[in-house]
Amino acid sequence: MISAIIIIGSLAAILGSLLGYAALKFKVEGDPLADKIDKLLPQTQCGQCTFPGCRPYAEAIAKGEADINQCPPGGEDTMQALAELLGVEPKPLGEEHASKPIPLVAVIDENICIGCTLCIKACPVDAIVGTSKLMHTVIESECTGCKLCLPPCPVDCISMEPQTIAPDTWKWPYPVYELHPTTPTLPVEQTT
Amino acid sequence: MSIWALPAGLKLADYHKTASSQHTTQTLIPQQGERFIIPLQQHTGTKPHLEVVVGQYVYKGQILARPQDKISAAIHASTSGVILAIEPHTIAHTSGLPDLCVVIEADGLEDWGNSRFPSLDYSHTDLATLVTRVRDCGVVGLGGAVFPTDIKLNVPQPIPTLILNGAECEPYITCDDRLMQEHADEIVAGAKIIMHMLQAQVCKIGIEDNKPAAIAVMQQAVETAQLPSIEVVTIPTIYPSGAKKQLTYILTGKEVPSGGRGGDAGALCVNVGTARAVYQAVVKGEPLISRYVTISGDAIKQAGNFDVPFGLPIQRLVDAAQGATVTNPVLSMGGSMMPLPLHSSTTPVVKATNCVLVRTPPKPETIMPCIRCGHCAEVCPVNLLPQQLYWHARAKDLEQTERYHLFDCIECGCCSYVCPSHIPLVDYYRFAKAEIKTQRETRQKAEIARSRHEFRQERLERAQREKAEKLTKHKTTLQDSAAQTSSTSPEMDAKKAAIQAALERAKAKKAQQAATETSPIPENKA
Repeated sequence: MISAIIIIGSLAAILGSLLGYAALKFKVEGDPLADKIDKLLPQTQCGQCTFPGCRPYAEAIAKGEADINQCPPGGEDTMQALAELLGVEPKPLGEEHASKPIPLVAVIDENICIGCTLCIKACPVDAIVGTSKLMHTVIESECTGCKLCLPPCPVDCISMEPQTIAPDTWKWPYPVYELHPTTPTLPVEQTT
Repeated sequence: MSIWALPAGLKLADYHKTASSQHTTQTLIPQQGERFIIPLQQHTGTKPHLEVVVGQYVYKGQILARPQDKISAAIHASTSGVILAIEPHTIAHTSGLPDLCVVIEADGLEDWGNSRFPSLDYSHTDLATLVTRVRDCGVVGLGGAVFPTDIKLNVPQPIPTLILNGAECEPYITCDDRLMQEHADEIVAGAKIIMHMLQAQVCKIGIEDNKPAAIAVMQQAVETAQLPSIEVVTIPTIYPSGAKKQLTYILTGKEVPSGGRGGDAGALCVNVGTARAVYQAVVKGEPLISRYVTISGDAIKQAGNFDVPFGLPIQRLVDAAQGATVTNPVLSMGGSMMPLPLHSSTTPVVKATNCVLVRTPPKPETIMPCIRCGHCAEVCPVNLLPQQLYWHARAKDLEQTERYHLFDCIECGCCSYVCPSHIPLVDYYRFAKAEIKTQRETRQKAEIARSRHEFRQERLERAQREKAEKLTKHKTTLQDSAAQTSSTSPEMDAKKAAIQAALERAKAKKAQQAATETSPIPENKA
């Protein structure tokens, strides 16, 4: 009886310490689920999900504090990908976000810009260059189209424009073909 | 010399090659006042950097745009004249979208100025110089892919076999046939230069057996040059034996691995026209400003081949071939198996224009559902399952298309050609490829945005931290100095005593003043 208790007790102690050691040794830094979610988000850092950036939104989803349908720039595709990752039912996006979002890019009207640097401070990805009292401009390739530079501008010189489609950015469309009738027209019955 | 048979392919009955291959190539000479529209993007890769301005006079062969980035090609003026405009113009592209072009009004003088490079003796020139020359002359693959040749030839390890592609397997096209008949010596000279650059041991020139005249002339040229390492190989006429990976297999029996490049199989495939362009660039010092173009089709009066300077509108070529037989012909670029529809007859001839087809509008084919007959899989030269690819591409299941090796598809059009339901299969593959590429780019862009955002967050935090540190440091120094002042030092004491004394003096003075002020006033009043 006592020997059994000793054996079980010592086994529990050994295994428990082993587990404890493993927990310390193989500790995962950060939140792996939040990382996975963050990978699926479009990284526009626009804050339209009500969180300050994509990473905080990913963390909120991981904790179950946010829904998967709060990312308008990601659209339907991102929502579907999140649903698949988390194993939950897809949720419809709001009416206004139902269609695939058109990629936008910020354009500064350089004739109006007064060089106040407010937009530079607002840009989440440092895509605006310029300095005080000198004209600013947007690095088109880095702009995520988040619209965060619009509200701080005191002279409203920034506008969002759809990305231009040139032959090198054009993409082959989904094939859509006209159908032609194959059956000859039925003979019309002569009524006399 | 043994050759390997393609696993599949098409024995096409209708090659339509006799009409255009009979006549000697005519050179189109620019007329005075004629407008040349030269697109900046005539190759695979990045658009070159423009080096000219509107109103400038340019000589024939003068550089208009210099390559930027690794994969890019130079663009030269194909005639001498004044630059009228630099503006978007319709180019030969499926989308029909306009792209930036340099418009030159020819002066008809064909003045080279000093645009020609000095001739190089290739056997005594190092690889880097030769590669730079090929790059400066804007040489790209003239078989149709227009990939910059300098990238292809700039290989670190020697490639044992050079393959010259004279197969020309597509219907209608005869420009390489004529080129081989008329400039065999230059092609062989180009092959020698490329062999030197690649340190290749052997060169095989693959020509389909429906071009006996070209085979004879090329063999003659090789014999006169006395080069035992170069061999002309006759291959059976099967479409698409002219695709680079297919020709490599036919001539060497080696397959290029999936996703690999031509050189991976120990053999590099270069079009005969490209070989001639390399010769012209290195020996003659002339940039690539014209090419052989076939004009054919059932709606052209006089099919033939023309040496066309780049930038001339297609209409000029049609006129040179005595015009079309119908009022509204359908124009396309390339052969009939992989045609690229042209939206306007003002579209300029570019480096990729190997053939212009002028045809009567086809009767619309009715597209019927796939009946899973499997014909497409029988003819696919890459051994893919076109039917499966079609279903998955149609359902936009892109992961599955990749699993079925979508990116190994060479878009030869064999499957669409044999499909009894007339399904435009290749269009679905192109759509799926474009979609996958866009998704990859979006993911890449998101990755960049994430790292930039994280860097910014870190920078802001660092700035805040540094500010806080500075503040605490400032505070501690202040406290320190305060503590120091409280601790008595003789100097400080003297200062303090002096201040104290001054204060006391001031106080005494004030009191005195007050006393003098208060006392005399009543006296005066009295």
